Amino acid sequence: MATENPPSTSVDESRSLPASDFTADTASATLADSFRAYIDRLRGGDMGALPAVLGLVVLFIVFSSLRPETFTSNLNIANLLVQASAISVLAMGLVPVLLLGEIDLSAGVTGGMAAGFTAVAIDRNGQSWPLAVLIGLAVGALVGLVIGLLVAKLGIPSFVVTLAFFLGLQGITLKLIGLGGTIPVRDEVLRAITIKSMPVLVGWIVVIGLLATYGGLLFWRQRRLAAKNLQRQPDALLALKFGGLCVVLLGMTAFLSQNRSRVPSFVIEGIPYAVFLVGALLIFWTTVFGRTPYGRHIYAIGGNAEAARRAGISVHRLKVSAFMICSSMAAISGIISASYTGKVSPGSGAGNVLLYAVGAAVIGGTSLFGGKGLIRDAVIGGLVIATIDNGLGLLNQAAYINYIITGSVLLLAASVDAISRRRRSATGT
Amino acid sequence: MTQPLLELRGVDKSFGAVQVLHGVDFKVYPGQVTALVGDNGAGKSTLVKTIAGIYRAESGEFFFDGKPVAIHGPKDAGALGIEVVYQDLALCDNLDIVQNMFLGRESVSNGVLLDELTMEERARSTLASLSVRTVKSVRQSVSSLSGGQRQTVAIAKAVLWNSRVVLLDEPTAALGVAQTRQVLDLVRRLADQGLGVVLISHNMNDVLEVSDRITALYLGRVAADLATSETKHSQIVELITAGRSGDIGISAATANQSA
Repeated sequence: MATENPPSTSVDESRSLPASDFTADTASATLADSFRAYIDRLRGGDMGALPAVLGLVVLFIVFSSLRPETFTSNLNIANLLVQASAISVLAMGLVPVLLLGEIDLSAGVTGGMAAGFTAVAIDRNGQSWPLAVLIGLAVGALVGLVIGLLVAKLGIPSFVVTLAFFLGLQGITLKLIGLGGTIPVRDEVLRAITIKSMPVLVGWIVVIGLLATYGGLLFWRQRRLAAKNLQRQPDALLALKFGGLCVVLLGMTAFLSQNRSRVPSFVIEGIPYAVFLVGALLIFWTTVFGRTPYGRHIYAIGGNAEAARRAGISVHRLKVSAFMICSSMAAISGIISASYTGKVSPGSGAGNVLLYAVGAAVIGGTSLFGGKGLIRDAVIGGLVIATIDNGLGLLNQAAYINYIITGSVLLLAASVDAISRRRRSATGT
Repeated sequence: MTQPLLELRGVDKSFGAVQVLHGVDFKVYPGQVTALVGDNGAGKSTLVKTIAGIYRAESGEFFFDGKPVAIHGPKDAGALGIEVVYQDLALCDNLDIVQNMFLGRESVSNGVLLDELTMEERARSTLASLSVRTVKSVRQSVSSLSGGQRQTVAIAKAVLWNSRVVLLDEPTAALGVAQTRQVLDLVRRLADQGLGVVLISHNMNDVLEVSDRITALYLGRVAADLATSETKHSQIVELITAGRSGDIGISAATANQSA
């Protein structure tokens, strides 16, 4: 007696519900359609990196009108990019942890300690820089492993575990370096990361080569999607986005390829190596988190850990791995900072370093509630934070102002995150 | 009648001192919807979880395609082609439909990278084969879907892997009229495609409409296993609440013994 309802006869259903055969996937959308869809997403609270990009534009306008001769000089912009690199790398490392809905408050001091081990290996034990960097990375990975095990296996909230590590690791760094002491970083290769630039011609070749490769991949993917009639962006939008990226990167390369030295006898030109390091890490982690099952599973755990577990994903192991990625990236960030300052001191990575990085990730659009965020957000957010830091420095404000402003920016970013999350759950987009 | 796809004989299951299932016999036929009904605490969920391999039966035999099998864990059940759609659906809101359907079993090309094209195609063809017509884009985030659409995605996820038996735990419990309609149509289509479907529901109208057979549980025992066409609404209600109706069902003495 079971009544059958073949699809063709259920007229009521098609009237009461939007009938569709994946129309949105197969129909080729126009540029205007995509723009409308984007506005809808913004209204629904899915802002992505838009606040960060707008903030960056506003900050540039403000600082360049207040300090027109210094802020926009290419010497300062190059310096700003190098300042941003350490923050961005740390923030990139934090993204997987934030995606899980966890936090690592100890990442800054982990970086300081790892850089301390690297510096000690070179300065006191005469090791070569590759080995010293490996030691630093291993220290970072080990810290991440322990934090991850405590969080995943014992179930201690990551906030508490990493707060304990924040204090404990500073003790280890202090013991390593000695009270009031510093360890100089004199290794030429490590110093070159932040104070040297790639030769102009090589810089152009690398940037153009990267753009050509990326453009080729985009075009190839678009053709495959079109051949199978799968969901894709309109060709025009894709071209527009890629064109925008080309303009930004080529413009930056041209800007930094000019001589920025203040002394006529000495030439400084080209893109700082640190920028390429950030670029390489950005490409690598974007691929890992956007294009591999591992990355997909991290997002899944952040979205619904129980669903991920039932899907056969090893939630514990992935949590540990995310903390290990975070601490290892912190080690790289710490080494970049040491390269920039030329030393490691007991206070390296303490203070506002971690706050800057969390701020960078959140301003860029990574949610503190987990499940949402992109690696590139951390880089854009890192630029925002570095711009604030750099611009306020040029304004010669009292130190207390910097603290207040930076704290307010972090709070503002977190508020945007919380509000957009509420809008998302209200509108369901 | 054809051979059952899945058959359980004399399954016992207890939690500590409490025996929840008493010698349960349960059959699932291919191409049929078997409704599993019973009051709260009758053992429906326990039975489903035992079939899914989450619980292990203390005694009893399992037959799949007429051959004796052992289910020691969810993986064994999955390998046989038994999929369960739980009441809370277990979907990730932040992922899209394709990503949810392939979660934990992603297609990969070049050894490491996700093969989005294959996954999107397969997701679309699976949804199309179930005549799902209410989803505009398989790249929609699951958080933007209605309750009925989410249920549809969860069911499509279960049938994506050439499953042969699908157990649905109260799929229409939280749905409105139109959405219940959608899901019941889908349940029917699953059976029409030759799958063995088990539907757990408290809604007698749904059960009578969509099922071919009804198995009623009463305090951990099978009260009756009937063809839907030979039953009436009132009869099922009596079987659920009292364990017997007229001359079918378990005797009062047995029922009291298990209470």
